[in-house]
Amino acid sequence: MTATDLAGIGGPRRPEGPLTLAVPRGALFTETLDLLDAAGVDTSPLRGDSRSLIFETDAFTLVTMRPSDVPTYVEAGAADVGITGKDVLLEQADRVVYELLDLRFGGCRMVLAGRRGDERLGESQRRLGMMRIATKYPRIAERYFEDTGRQIELIEVKGSVELAPLIGLGDGIVDLVATGRTLAENDLEVREEIVDCTARLVANRVAHKLRASEVDDLTARLRAASRP
Amino acid sequence: MVRRMIHPIPPGTRDVLPDEMRELRRLNRRLIEVFEAGGYGEVATPAIEYDEVLSRGDRPSSASPYRFFDENGDLLALRSDMTVPIARLVATRFTDAPLPLRLCYLASAYRAVLPQRGQMREFVQAGIELIGAPGADGTAEVIGVLAAALGAAGLDRAVIGLGDADLYRSLLTEFGIDGEARDAVLARLATHDLVGLEAALAEAGIGDAAIETCVALSQLRGGREVLDRARELGGEAVERTISRLQETYEALVERGTAERVQVDLGLLRDLGYYSGAIFEVYDPALGHILGGGGRYDGFLAGFGLDLPAAGFSLYLERVHVAQMEEESRRRERETAR
Repeated sequence: MTATDLAGIGGPRRPEGPLTLAVPRGALFTETLDLLDAAGVDTSPLRGDSRSLIFETDAFTLVTMRPSDVPTYVEAGAADVGITGKDVLLEQADRVVYELLDLRFGGCRMVLAGRRGDERLGESQRRLGMMRIATKYPRIAERYFEDTGRQIELIEVKGSVELAPLIGLGDGIVDLVATGRTLAENDLEVREEIVDCTARLVANRVAHKLRASEVDDLTARLRAASRP
Repeated sequence: MVRRMIHPIPPGTRDVLPDEMRELRRLNRRLIEVFEAGGYGEVATPAIEYDEVLSRGDRPSSASPYRFFDENGDLLALRSDMTVPIARLVATRFTDAPLPLRLCYLASAYRAVLPQRGQMREFVQAGIELIGAPGADGTAEVIGVLAAALGAAGLDRAVIGLGDADLYRSLLTEFGIDGEARDAVLARLATHDLVGLEAALAEAGIGDAAIETCVALSQLRGGREVLDRARELGGEAVERTISRLQETYEALVERGTAERVQVDLGLLRDLGYYSGAIFEVYDPALGHILGGGGRYDGFLAGFGLDLPAAGFSLYLERVHVAQMEEESRRRERETAR
């Protein structure tokens, strides 16, 4: 076969067009662009204040989206490869995407946090048999407390989760922490560390097979660029 | 908005209307023609069977998610694929038949779905089972029929990935990884989580060189040269499985079907019953696999028949989607010309 395009195989046609790469907007955006630049992917069109979502360069079609949408697009093959946080991948663990590389930027921790000096978490656990946890990451939280043999009542919120325990919605929160400043400013403190998260390169299963040399080449360049 | 009376059907099931049905019929007919031309006779089995029979597929992934009691209190189940029912059929109906036995099918199967993912609970599979034909020749025959079926469906760009289910089992044994550590590594390989794979291998306590070998092997995919590269990387530990793959590949070259085949050492199918060669089908127009199969030589023993076997199944609805995508691509190219 191989429709894949390994050099030297008299294989069939290449799938058309440049590889489509999903780029996360938001907290990972600038570092993603810097890393892509270092890997020789031209990202200058993305750096302006364009409202466009799709950018064509010579070698890639770059599409920008929310980090949490990256697994959706990559799983469906609408994007061949993509960059997103490990927190997103853990939260959407049922999406079939290949995780190819730890890009080693965007480091943050998923933590359980409670109000400083407040024993509500422990007290609820002891006297009510269950903690009430507010989070934007219901699956990660559920799995963590299952794994550690504790019962929780899960409260899913969409916005600033720090608010919840401050005004009595829940005993604590499970959230992503980069510097810890937001926690500190809201009088919250880390009680338990759940998992470390960094940015990851993911690939669509079929693209990984049928565009093997292009995917491998990009992976190798990103590996080199992400390891000083 | 005018509110219409809706009589719902369960999520993951659907009605098929005449336009689609006409195309599906045409596709069905073409596939069955290819199977029959290869000497495969079509069979049908009941959609419901005794749960105890179906669960001889002996892996959670092949067990049925839909079980219920009949009027006698017996536990029944909806089939989740056709390989298990056909194994049952062969063991009861064809015990003395001359071998190899060639059977094909076109049938609905049922699986559990994740909510809100647009997955199908009920779907149609078209496939073949070749029973009593061992080794490379048997595998090559099955892949040959698969290639012909893809051709008949008009999927000229479709690719068949070919790997070996035993590769990592033997490699990890060689590295001295077993028990939970082995399961952890195999799970990472199956989901192709390379970051997790490296971590799991490191946790298993093998050296950096062995980790690199395992990760690099899982990334090898391409033509015949992949086999040489695998030998360089894996040495003795992979020799047996690589020789077996090479034999299969050469049998494919002889049959003229190798050009559709991509050797893929990262392939690991999640169904428990496979042993030896495994394959998957891709089309560049679609982000999902179109089907797959492989050898399951030890599997029939569970039904009292110790016969080598291999087969494949295609997801009919996905083949239809790919067909439509490829047709519109061809149309676009023609108008562009």
